[in-house]
Amino acid sequence: MNTKVFEVSELNVYIKLILDSDETLSAVYVRGEISNYKLYPSGHHYFTVKDKDGALRCVMFKGSASSLRFRPENGMKVIVFGRVSVFPRDGQYQMYCSSMTPDGVGDLYVAFEQLKEKLLREGLFDVSHKKPLPRYPERIALITSPAGAAVHDMIRVLKKRFPIAKVILLPVRVQGAEAPAEISAALKYANKHKVADIIITGRGGGSIEDLWAFNDESVARAVYESQIPVISAVGHEPDVTISDFAADLRAATPSNGAELAVPDITELRITLDQIASSIERSFMRQIELKREKLTALAGARSLTSPLAYIEARRTFAAALNDRLNGALKALLVKKRSATEILTASLDALSPLKVLSRGYGIAIRKDGLAIKSIKNIAVGDAFTLMLSDGTASCTVNELEEVINGS
Amino acid sequence: MEVEFLTFEQSMARLDEIVKILERGEASLDESLQLFEEGTGIVKYCNKRLEEAEQKVVRLTRGSDGEPLELEFQGNE
Repeated sequence: MNTKVFEVSELNVYIKLILDSDETLSAVYVRGEISNYKLYPSGHHYFTVKDKDGALRCVMFKGSASSLRFRPENGMKVIVFGRVSVFPRDGQYQMYCSSMTPDGVGDLYVAFEQLKEKLLREGLFDVSHKKPLPRYPERIALITSPAGAAVHDMIRVLKKRFPIAKVILLPVRVQGAEAPAEISAALKYANKHKVADIIITGRGGGSIEDLWAFNDESVARAVYESQIPVISAVGHEPDVTISDFAADLRAATPSNGAELAVPDITELRITLDQIASSIERSFMRQIELKREKLTALAGARSLTSPLAYIEARRTFAAALNDRLNGALKALLVKKRSATEILTASLDALSPLKVLSRGYGIAIRKDGLAIKSIKNIAVGDAFTLMLSDGTASCTVNELEEVINGS
Repeated sequence: MEVEFLTFEQSMARLDEIVKILERGEASLDESLQLFEEGTGIVKYCNKRLEEAEQKVVRLTRGSDGEPLELEFQGNE
């Protein structure tokens, strides 16, 4: 028998080592219902998962909790995954959860899917029914709670982007039993009295129960029946409600709804500048075209009305014509005589003319005209070209003449 | 229609029309001049509205006669 006396912390560490070395406990799925759920300011979630016979303490640290796709709540049936270990300080074992998913589907989820299916079949979500939003709405109805961040977010965005628009708030409750009736009544009232060019209805984020009014059938129908275009802006990006489907446009958040509702004043100013310069450019170009046309027409003879002017120009043209003709004639005469002189001298230079005067041309076998005794040697044969024929010759003797002749 | 009675939506639609007609260049000189003046007038008017815009927020309630009644919205309700 072991008689060792443990210190408390020693034993806790010993138990921790045993649990930590167990393979099953290092990665385990547990099914149960959430109770005693607490979210600490640190961002860590503490809760218990229980079934009818037992309970398991659980913790989910901030890092793991950030990947949660829903907000855990008491009574929710979930499957948690993680490892079981000991917290030595308390001597308590607990489950360190790294992920958590809803077990099966809840009543609300089923109700949501059933209503969605029903209204889809009725055509409440038909794209063909969706109305185009006005691009420059000057009256914007907000059907939302007058308290809370959502309404202020929307007003702030609308003011910044398009301060021209008047904001008309129709205050309603956005959660609780009365909310659906108030929201649909406000939608109908806004339509009956045509109070706005566009309606934004929605609220800030919350649990699925908080957002439930926007999954109400009467709200969905009122949104669908609205003659004024409706933007549905409920919760955060991943939250989707039935009224989102029925609306003409779904916004991810209330602020996003306000952004989608109105143009941005900065862009609008740029657009107006562009329009102004486009109008000016087109107009100036047209003026330019018209002016060119006018100039062309003014040049036409039929339009130059003062006869004196025509007469002057006609006389001038005639004089010009005479001068031109005279100059041309003189030029021709000059050119002609120059040509005659040139032809005569060319004729005199012609070798044929020379031959007729009793000269001959001695041509070597390779075709060269012999101009010097250096071109030829004794015994060479050559051709002598005369005015009426040729003679074949042979060189007998060569004698240089000193002074030429 | 007098410029002052146009909504922003109508102003922008009319400007779009004017730009298109002028770009086609088929209008007579008189018409073009008129469109140019009208267009520049609307742009000026729109810019003025943007310049002077001051956001109004009202809270709409049902009056005793059932008609809409505009009240000031304090924003801290």
